[in-house]
Amino acid sequence: MSQAQVQNNEAWIELSAIVGPEHLRPATPEDAVEAVQPIGVIAPGTAQEVAQVLHYCNSAGLTIIPRGGGTQLGLGNRLSKADFVLSLERLDRVIEHAWGDMTVTVEAGCTIDKLQGVLREHGQQLGADPMQPERATVGGVLATAESGTLRIRYGAIRDLVLGVEMALPDGSVIKAGGKVVKNVAGYDLTKLAIGSLGTLGVITRAVFRLHPIPVATASYVATLPTAAEASKLVLAILDSHLVYTGLQIHARRADQVFVHVRFEGIPESLQDQYAKLGRIAGACKFVECAREVWSERQKLFVNPGSSVICKCCVLPSQIGSLCDALFRQAAPAEVAVTLVAQGTGLAEVRLDAAGRQPLMTVLHALRSEVDRLEGTMTVSQCPVAMKDELDVWGTVKDVLPLMQRIKQKFDPGQTLNPGRFVGGI
Amino acid sequence: MNARLVSEFRSIVGDAGLVSGPEQLRTYECDGLTLFRVVPDLVLLPATSQEVQAIVKVCHRERIPMVARGSGTGLSGGALPVKGGVVIGVSRMNRILEVDIPNARVVVEPGVTNSAITAAVSPHGYFYAPDPSSQVVCTVAGNVAENSGGAHCFKYGVTTTYILGLEVVLSDGSLLRLGGTSLDQPGYDLVGAFVGSEGTFGIITKITLRVIKKPETTQTLMAAFNSSSEAGAAVSAIIASGMFPAALEIMDRLALEAAEAAVHPNYPNCQALLLVELDGSTREVELLMEKVGPICQSCGAWELRLAKTEAERMAVWKGRKAAFAAVGRISPNYLVQDGVIPRTALPRVLGEIDRLSAEKSLRVANVFHAGDGNLHPLVLYDRRIAGQEERAMELAEDILRLCVEAGGSITGEHGIGEEKKQFMPVMFSAADLDAMQRLRSAFDPFDLCNPTKMFPGTDAKVQRPVAYEPHPIEIAGLAQRY
Ligand SMILES: Cc1cc2nc3c(=O)[nH]c(=O)nc-3n(C[C@H](O)[C@H](O)[C@H](O)COP(=O)(O)OP(=O)(O)OC[C@H]3O[C@@H](n4cnc5c(N)ncnc54)[C@H](O)[C@@H]3O)c2cc1C
Ligand SMILES: Cc1cc2nc3c(=O)[nH]c(=O)nc-3n(C[C@H](O)[C@H](O)[C@H](O)COP(=O)(O)OP(=O)(O)OC[C@H]3O[C@@H](n4cnc5c(N)ncnc54)[C@H](O)[C@@H]3O)c2cc1C
Repeated sequence: MSQAQVQNNEAWIELSAIVGPEHLRPATPEDAVEAVQPIGVIAPGTAQEVAQVLHYCNSAGLTIIPRGGGTQLGLGNRLSKADFVLSLERLDRVIEHAWGDMTVTVEAGCTIDKLQGVLREHGQQLGADPMQPERATVGGVLATAESGTLRIRYGAIRDLVLGVEMALPDGSVIKAGGKVVKNVAGYDLTKLAIGSLGTLGVITRAVFRLHPIPVATASYVATLPTAAEASKLVLAILDSHLVYTGLQIHARRADQVFVHVRFEGIPESLQDQYAKLGRIAGACKFVECAREVWSERQKLFVNPGSSVICKCCVLPSQIGSLCDALFRQAAPAEVAVTLVAQGTGLAEVRLDAAGRQPLMTVLHALRSEVDRLEGTMTVSQCPVAMKDELDVWGTVKDVLPLMQRIKQKFDPGQTLNPGRFVGGI
Repeated sequence: MNARLVSEFRSIVGDAGLVSGPEQLRTYECDGLTLFRVVPDLVLLPATSQEVQAIVKVCHRERIPMVARGSGTGLSGGALPVKGGVVIGVSRMNRILEVDIPNARVVVEPGVTNSAITAAVSPHGYFYAPDPSSQVVCTVAGNVAENSGGAHCFKYGVTTTYILGLEVVLSDGSLLRLGGTSLDQPGYDLVGAFVGSEGTFGIITKITLRVIKKPETTQTLMAAFNSSSEAGAAVSAIIASGMFPAALEIMDRLALEAAEAAVHPNYPNCQALLLVELDGSTREVELLMEKVGPICQSCGAWELRLAKTEAERMAVWKGRKAAFAAVGRISPNYLVQDGVIPRTALPRVLGEIDRLSAEKSLRVANVFHAGDGNLHPLVLYDRRIAGQEERAMELAEDILRLCVEAGGSITGEHGIGEEKKQFMPVMFSAADLDAMQRLRSAFDPFDLCNPTKMFPGTDAKVQRPVAYEPHPIEIAGLAQRY
């Protein structure tokens, strides 16, 4: 379609009437999602406009790709159709920082950095450190249920959200949860929205509970000769009285495995914690290190090229054997491995190799190891073509029909991110 | 219920699992909210997931409504039987199946009590954090269904934070495993959706949950104030100083009087008492506690007492927990509410409650989780005096509306159940309620699991908050209401 044809199209006219012509523009090649070229990019200014856009597209059989910072649009199964990108860029305000209540109400398009900046003025923070905070938005972080290294102390992002506002394909705007830290009225639809990858509705607003910014922070590293020993050390720390806000294993080689620990609090207590850490660690020495170690996760995603990045969820006690299995498989296949595993049992793995075949070999081996451990493995990033031979989500077995029923109830027309989620939802 | 069906159920659960005698059925006619009563047609007490599944398949085939039941301590009528339906009690499924200390996970059957979990892991230095004061009797399944809270949820969060996996039987008889033992299962967060669904999504048959390490040190400070507003200001000041206490509780004059009458905790004789509990590493707790005192004093505290030993702390908490039920000592009848407000609205809402209380000439005692803004206003009255019960109910209703207007919730931990369903439209729009119904119908398309609860039905007559009567376990001294 030529530009002129596009703009005379009925859908275009309808949509621009909803948001105003200045907020609907033809899509450029930069707006492509995994090489699928959308028609236009629409930027509604209110939740009601988002709902109207969804409603119109739903009835016209057009598909919508919600977009926050656009850092994670490759997540999920291969996309088949993308008519409009719905950008949340205009919904980017921090509505209310009720610092006395330690809560904040924020629009979905607000970036994490901007949000944290506002909270910092009152010495508070959102207890989560998702990747690319300068671009990643509240809505994107919620849609992907991304939390980061602070999760071991503050919980997952789901535990920090008190409520959400969401626009649905039937044109309604719903509110789930609320503004207070305790609330059991009605079903917890916030949990349903979080991690649903924009397949049920578009999150337009969220309320978070907050934490104080600690006075002091210190990070430490210990270097161990095997993953098994590193894993043992992590388990000892988990079983201790130490109050850590980060606990992570980082490895590029099977015989040099780093354990990172972060303490936060008042300076006196940090010294005390460090002394106790020394006693737990025994012979393996912890030394202070730069806080950059907590960006090792994010670094996995730099210059992706043809690499594969996957997320493995196992039990904390299984990290050692997962790590061993990985290096054992990767070496003969000449695949380079970087592993960053949190003490919670969530491990992110990057695989680099010259060709696709060795990557597939290691991925299959990794998946069968994770299956053996009764964990899960999802592929967060890989060359698009690889998605044809790979189920990025893994199998979800007997719960799939229930998930499909839920999708059917909220987005029967498959308007939102069609096909991208588990089992082709 | 016809004899053919009864014998079919009997063939599933055996004689030990079937209750059909009129007298025994009465035991199941209500939960902790004793004013609603419905005698069930039949009570089934399965011993395994397979038995639950077989029961549900029959109910599905015959379209018989089912109400799941744990220990029946719920305070909103959640386990109230439904006319013409069966009650499925999970009390016989009470084994702890697996304790995995290195990974801090425990797998239990649904009828295990809340305290049994802590008992199982406490030798290893762990505990199960959500601590409703009914914990000695209430079941984990009941906790999951209500998303129960406790005194320490300001810091530790409520039940939903601790549930990793559920095995459930849906109304069509399918047995599903939601979530798992490791975190972040791909797909929708079905566990998160199920927690707090008050028995309307299906029957829980197994639960995988997380336990946590006990803190190294815990200390509790009592601070005496001349008013609840001053105590409330101290709460805000403590939080503003960057501390994150494990518990922040306020008791007002009436509640203190009641506690004193019941268990003689020997609290300072004051208008409002604030309890501040700090836990964590010993060094940090000691240093921070030194700051809490002066903060309280700057807000008007005129006496401070620190409970350092476990025994001293227990005495403080005993008084706090007793305060609730002890109100019975200073008033013949009372109503319990469970509203939540943003913490900063405390002074205003408390002032407003005072005004309403004067207007209706009824006393209101307040015991609350100040950190969470979870109020438990107790409306005191005497049923024998004509018109008082009516006025008490109006007052309780006004207080709930006040909470919603302040940006809060009509329930922080007790649930909607039968009691508060007519208040749902006060908090939620028609679209919000419709979205909830869609979710419900995805789980239970035939509306067989605990139907008629949680949502205002078309035929629902407007019900008033109902008077509180002591629950049998309270009378037995097993629990105090919080
Ligand atoms: C290369 C790279 C890889 C990453 N990999 C991972 C990873 O594997 N796992 C992980 O958890 N995090 C990952 N992250 C972190 C990521 O930065 C954030 O977690 C976040 O997902 C991105 O936010 P965004 O605003 O850029 O979202 P976007 O990339 O714009 O959107 C992400 C997804 O959420 C949907 N979405 C966005 N906004 C909304 C909304 N308001 N309502 C509903 N749906 C919405 C989109 O349709 C899309 O499916 C990665 C980041 C980068 C740069
Ligand atoms: C003295 C007293 C003090 C209390 N203190 C607190 C407190 O501090 N905090 C708090 O949050 N609550 C408190 N409560 C309320 C109550 O104890 C909790 O709601 C508790 O979780 C109920 O557990 P139960 O086993 O008694 O469940 P029940 O009352 O039997 O049932 C509660 C709900 O759970 C559902 N249910 C039960 N079993 C299942 C199952 N297997 N599958 C699906 N659904 C099921 C029922 O259908 C019902 O809707 C208190 C109650 C009393 C009487």
